[in-house]
Amino acid sequence: MTLMRKLQMGAAALALSTSVASAQGVEVLHWWTSGGEAAALNVLKQDLEGQGVSWTDMPVAGGGGSDAMTVLRARVTAGDPPTAVQMLGFAIQDWAAEGALANLDTLADEQGWEAVVPEALQRFARYDGHWVAAPVNVHSTNWVWANTALMEELGISQPTTWDEFVAAMQAAQDAGYTALAHGGQAWQDATVFESMVMGVGGPEFYQASMVDLDPEALGSDQMVEAFQRMETLRGFVDDNFSGRDWNLASAMVINGEALFQIMGDWAKGEFVNAGQTAGQEFQCFRVPGTEGTVTFNSDEFAMFNVSDPAAQEAQLAMASAVMSPEFQIAFNLVKGSVPARTDIPSDQFDACGQMGMAQLAAASAGGTLFGSMAHGHANPPSVQNAMYDVITAHFNGEYDAETAAAELVTAVEIAQ
Amino acid sequence: MAATDGFAGSGADFRTRLQNWLPKIVLAPSFAIMVIFVYGFIAFTIYLSFTDSRMLPSFGWVGWDNYDRLFRIREWNVAIKNLAIFASLYIVISTIIGLLLAIFLDQKIRGEGVLRPIFLYPMALSFIVTGTAWKWFLDPGIGIENTMHLWGFENFSFDWIKDREMAIYTVVIAAVWQSSGFVMAMFLAGLRGIDNEILKAAQMDGASNFQLYRRIILPQLRPAFLSAFVILSHLAIKSYDLVIALTGGGPGNATALPATFMYSYTFTRNQMGIGASSAVIMLMTIAAIMIPYLYAELKEKK
Amino acid sequence: MAAASTENAVRSSNAARVFVYLFLLLFALFYLLPFLIMLLNSLKPLEEITGGGMIALPRQWTIEPWLSAWSTAQIGVQPTGLRPYFMNSIMMAVPAVVMSTVVGALNGYVLTKWRFRGDTLIFGLLLFSCFIPFQIVLIPMARILGILQIAGTTPGLILVHFVYGIGFTTLYFRNYYAAFPTELVRAAQIDGAGFFQIFWRIMLPSSGPIIAVSFIWQFTNIWNDFLFGASFASGDAAPMTVALNNLVNSSTGVREYNVHFAGAIMAAAPTLLVYIVAGRYFVRGLMAGSVKG
Repeated sequence: MTLMRKLQMGAAALALSTSVASAQGVEVLHWWTSGGEAAALNVLKQDLEGQGVSWTDMPVAGGGGSDAMTVLRARVTAGDPPTAVQMLGFAIQDWAAEGALANLDTLADEQGWEAVVPEALQRFARYDGHWVAAPVNVHSTNWVWANTALMEELGISQPTTWDEFVAAMQAAQDAGYTALAHGGQAWQDATVFESMVMGVGGPEFYQASMVDLDPEALGSDQMVEAFQRMETLRGFVDDNFSGRDWNLASAMVINGEALFQIMGDWAKGEFVNAGQTAGQEFQCFRVPGTEGTVTFNSDEFAMFNVSDPAAQEAQLAMASAVMSPEFQIAFNLVKGSVPARTDIPSDQFDACGQMGMAQLAAASAGGTLFGSMAHGHANPPSVQNAMYDVITAHFNGEYDAETAAAELVTAVEIAQ
Repeated sequence: MAATDGFAGSGADFRTRLQNWLPKIVLAPSFAIMVIFVYGFIAFTIYLSFTDSRMLPSFGWVGWDNYDRLFRIREWNVAIKNLAIFASLYIVISTIIGLLLAIFLDQKIRGEGVLRPIFLYPMALSFIVTGTAWKWFLDPGIGIENTMHLWGFENFSFDWIKDREMAIYTVVIAAVWQSSGFVMAMFLAGLRGIDNEILKAAQMDGASNFQLYRRIILPQLRPAFLSAFVILSHLAIKSYDLVIALTGGGPGNATALPATFMYSYTFTRNQMGIGASSAVIMLMTIAAIMIPYLYAELKEKK
Repeated sequence: MAAASTENAVRSSNAARVFVYLFLLLFALFYLLPFLIMLLNSLKPLEEITGGGMIALPRQWTIEPWLSAWSTAQIGVQPTGLRPYFMNSIMMAVPAVVMSTVVGALNGYVLTKWRFRGDTLIFGLLLFSCFIPFQIVLIPMARILGILQIAGTTPGLILVHFVYGIGFTTLYFRNYYAAFPTELVRAAQIDGAGFFQIFWRIMLPSSGPIIAVSFIWQFTNIWNDFLFGASFASGDAAPMTVALNNLVNSSTGVREYNVHFAGAIMAAAPTLLVYIVAGRYFVRGLMAGSVKG
C-alpha cells in the first residue's frame, strides 16, 4: 500500500466522520459570487430548500475559478470535500481520475441525460463512461459583439469573411473610432486567438492543434497565419488595451466608442444591463471564418463522494434540480449562456440566445462543436496556460508570428 | 549571560528545579510548532519538488526533472529577473523615502500627528481593491495622464503600465506607496531614540547639519536600517496580491514574479512538482540573504 | 526607553523649513490619492464610472453603494452584503492576535532573561519562519487541520494565524526586552520571585508600547489575509477579505465598481482605525525596542 493510498483512505475516513454534519444538505463550492450570476444561483438554492434540502454556500471568487480550485484542494486534503463543486472541463476529469467524484449513473439513466446533453459536453461530464457531473450551461466563445448605430453610421453590413471583417474595422479606424474593443489579459487574448485558429484552419486544424496538440499542426504555416491575424487585430486595438477588464471593453462598444468586441456570450449581460436589446442597439454574430462551428465552455457541478445516505440523497436532488429545464432556463436567461440540454424551448431567450441555441444544436449534430482552448475545454490547464504565455507574449509584441508558432511547440512540449 | 544555571545550583528542591526548567518548558511549544509547521513543511516541499505531483501531492520520484523543466520555462527567467529589479528598487526607494520623511518629520513639524497616520495608513490596506484604484490611476486612458491632458498639459505622458519594459516599475511605485510610510515609522523611532546631548556637543564643535546627519545620526540608525531591510525584503519576496491586482502579471507576462509563478504552477496549472521546485529555489534565495544577516545580527549579541 | 524626546538639536533655516513642509505635503498627497479615488468612486452612481469619469468628482452624490455593500449585495447566493462576515473576522483576529502576542511576549522574555545554551539558534529558527512563502504551507496545513478535525472552521483559522505570527511577535518582544535592565530581573529573583511572577509584575507593566506594536502588526496581517481565510474557513465562517473578494470578483457578470470601493473601505475600516488611534504608540513601541536590534 503506497503512502498516497493511505492518505486517500485517511481522507475518506475523515469525510465519513465530518459529512454527518452536512446530512440532508448540500455544500456547494462555486465562484458565481456576485451580482446577477449569484442571484441566478439562488434560484437553485430555493428550489432545493423547497424540497427540504439545505444549502451551505461556499463562494470563493478570483482568477476565473482558480482560487476556488485551490480551496477545493485544501478541502479534499483535509478530508472534508464539499458536496458539489462548480468546475470547468478538464478539472472534472482530473478529480474523477483521483477517484474523488460520485457516480450519478442511476439518476442520469432515469432522466435520460444521454439523449439531451450534447456529446461534446458529455466528454467532460462523464468519466470512464460514468456520469460524475451535472452541466449547467454552455457558453460559446466565438462571438462578435457590434454596435448597431456605429455600423449604420459607417455603412457596414455584417461581415461574413475575414477580409470583410478587416475592411469593416479599417472603416471604423479611419473614422476615428476604436475598431476592436479588447482587454489585454491573457485569457482574453486567448479567446480571440482560438477563433483565429478556427477561422484559418477550420475544424480539423483546431482539433489537431488545440485538442490533439500535434506538434506539426502547432508549428504549421496555418498557425503562423493565425498569429498573423492576431497582429492584424492588434493594429485595430486602441493603445490602452493592456490589462483592461473585458466588461470595460464591452462598455466601449455599448457607448459607441468602439465598433466590435470578440468575446464569449457572457458579454451580452453587459449590453442587456445597459438597457440595450439584442438585434436592435447591438448585434451578435459569429467571428467571420468560424461560422458553422461553435467553441464552447461549460460550467458543470461536479459531485464529490459522500458516504452518508442522507447526504447522497441531497446530492442527487441537487443534480436533478440542476438538470431540470426550469433551472436551466432561469439560470441561463440571467447568465447570457444557453442551456446544457438541447431539448429546451428557446422562446424565452432573446435574439442572440435563440441563435446561439440553434447553432449549438446544429454544431453538436454536425460534429463541429469544440471545447474552447481559452476556457479549459480543449486541453489540460498546464497546456492551456503554456499556450496563454505564448499567445499573450506575441500579442504584446515580444515575438513575430513565426517565432510564436515555434515557441508554441516548445511551450506545449514542456507543459505535457 | 548564563545566570540561570548559577541560580539553580544548591537548593535543588522541586520548586527551584521547576523554575530552572520553566523557561525551556515555556519555549518548547513554540519550538515544536516551528519544527512541524515551518521546517516540516519546507522538507515536504523539497520532497515534492522531486516528485511527479500534479494536481495533488503524489510520490513518484522523478529526480531533477522538475528543476530541469523549470529553468527551461521562459516565464521563470522573466520572473527571476523581475524580482531582482523589483526587490532592489523597492528596497532602496522605500528606504530613501522613509528616511527622508522621518528626518523631515523630526524637525518639530506642526501637524505631525496628522501627517504620520497619512504616511502609515497604506500598510493597513489590503491590495485586493486598492489594486483597482492604482490600476485606474496609472491607466493612461482614464488616470493621471488623462487628467493632466484635461488640465492642459497635452504632452504629459505616463503609460508605463501598458509598456512591457516599464510595467514592472509601476509595481515598484505601488509597492513603495504601500510600505515607505512603515519604513518612515521605523526611522522616526530610531531618530527619536538618539541622545540629543551628542548632537548638541557636535554642533558646538561647528558641525553643519549635513555633517551632523552623515557622521552622527545615520550611523546610529544602523539597527533601523537592518530592521527595514528585513521587513522590506520579506515583503518583496512575498509580493503576490500586488502584482495580481495591479497588472495580473502583464502586459504579456512582463510583471510575473516568482510568487505568482509558483502559485500559478502549483494551483492553476496543476504542475505541483514544478511549483514546488520554484518554491525551493525561492526559499534558497531567501536563506542566502537572511542567514548571513541573522548570523551577524545574533552573533554580535553574545 | 525614555519618553519620546520632542527636542531636536538640529537647527534649520526658514527656506529649508518651507521646503520640508512642501515635501511632506506632497507625499501626504501621494499617499492619500488612491484612497481618495476609492472614496470618490464609492459615492458615484455606476454609470458615471463606466462612462469614463473615474478620476472626476461625482456629479451626483449617492450613498447607495455603501448601503448595498453593507447589507444587500450578493455574496455568493445570499444577498447579505458584508455585514455577517464582519463578525467572523473579529472572532478570528482577536484570539489569534492575543494568543500570538502572549506567546511572543513569553518567548521574548525567555530568550533575553533566561538564556540557555542554544537559545540563539532557536531564535534564529523562529525568525526564519517569518520568511516562509505561505503558498507552500497550504496543502500540508490542510492535512493537519483535517486530522485535528478543525478544517473549515474559525478555530482552525485561528491556529494557522497563531502559528505563523509567533515568529514576528517573538522578534518584537525579544528586541524590546533585550533593552530591559536584566539587573531588575535578577534582583527580583533574589527576593524569591518566580518565573511567572517576574514576568507578570516586572516585565508586563512596562511592555505597553511593544504590545501595541505586536498588536498592530498582527492585527493588520491577520485581518488582511486572504489566502488562509479562503482555504481554511470559506463558507459561513469566511472572514471579511474572502467576502470582499467574492463581492469584487465576478467571472462574467457586471462589475459594480462603486459598491466594490465602498466594500473595500468598509473592510479596511478596522485596520485604518487601529493605525490612526494606535499609530503614535506604534512609533513609540518601535523606538523603545525593535529598531534597537
